[in-house]
Amino acid sequence: MIPVTLEHYLIVSGLLFSLGLAGVMTRRNALVVFMSLELMLNASNLALVAFSRFNGNLHGQVFVFFIITVAAAEVAVGLAIIVALFRRRQTVQVDEITSMRL
Amino acid sequence: MHDQLFWFFSIAMLLSGVLVVLGRNPVTSAMFLVLSLFFMAGLFVLLEAYFLAIIQILVYAGAVIVLFLFVIMLLDLKTENVRQFKRFGAAGALVVAGALAWKLTSVAASILPAAGAKPVVGTTEAMGKLLFTQYLLPFEVTSVLLLVAMVGVVVLSRKETK
Repeated sequence: MIPVTLEHYLIVSGLLFSLGLAGVMTRRNALVVFMSLELMLNASNLALVAFSRFNGNLHGQVFVFFIITVAAAEVAVGLAIIVALFRRRQTVQVDEITSMRL
Repeated sequence: MHDQLFWFFSIAMLLSGVLVVLGRNPVTSAMFLVLSLFFMAGLFVLLEAYFLAIIQILVYAGAVIVLFLFVIMLLDLKTENVRQFKRFGAAGALVVAGALAWKLTSVAASILPAAGAKPVVGTTEAMGKLLFTQYLLPFEVTSVLLLVAMVGVVVLSRKETK
């Protein structure tokens, strides 16, 4: 069996990112779109940690720490927006929310 | 051992990622998202980023997913019987995502790690030292960001009172 190197981690990360992108573009439920977005963020985290490990440099991991923090803040605000939207429109289907007026 | 675990974690992670995207019920998607993030933490352990692995489980499984489930329960969404995907939109999206995956994997093969680099271990001590010396300002700014997000959430979710 071939030994696992940086390349393998990057391929897994790339596949996960594309998977998240497919989810964001195809799903209509805003909540599931949001979860796919989390997958994309995590794919980039994996790439950063792999680079950090194989290049002998801890700065990539510090960056991932900040990304996780920002992602947590983003989820809180995003879900609040979805709740506010649901109160007004009674739907979270993104293709039913087409007008920019309230 | 390391290699077998790598294959197990990454395949399990990608499979649960597929189930997040395909799940009919948002609750199912959220549960598979937890599973996917858990396997990601396993990969972090394999990469010797121990601190980040614990943070990943604490923040995502402990906070983010709870928030997701809370909102799903709050909105009381029914499993939709209608078509979840638009046919042409889905085909186009799959083409774009497939092209991206193909390009990313082919680029990954050409990236080599720096020669003679010593592998680092992401222990709490090493991370803490960096966070509180070189990255002190970003670290403090992050706390302000979290405060702003908190205020924003309160403002957004407040019921309008006339």
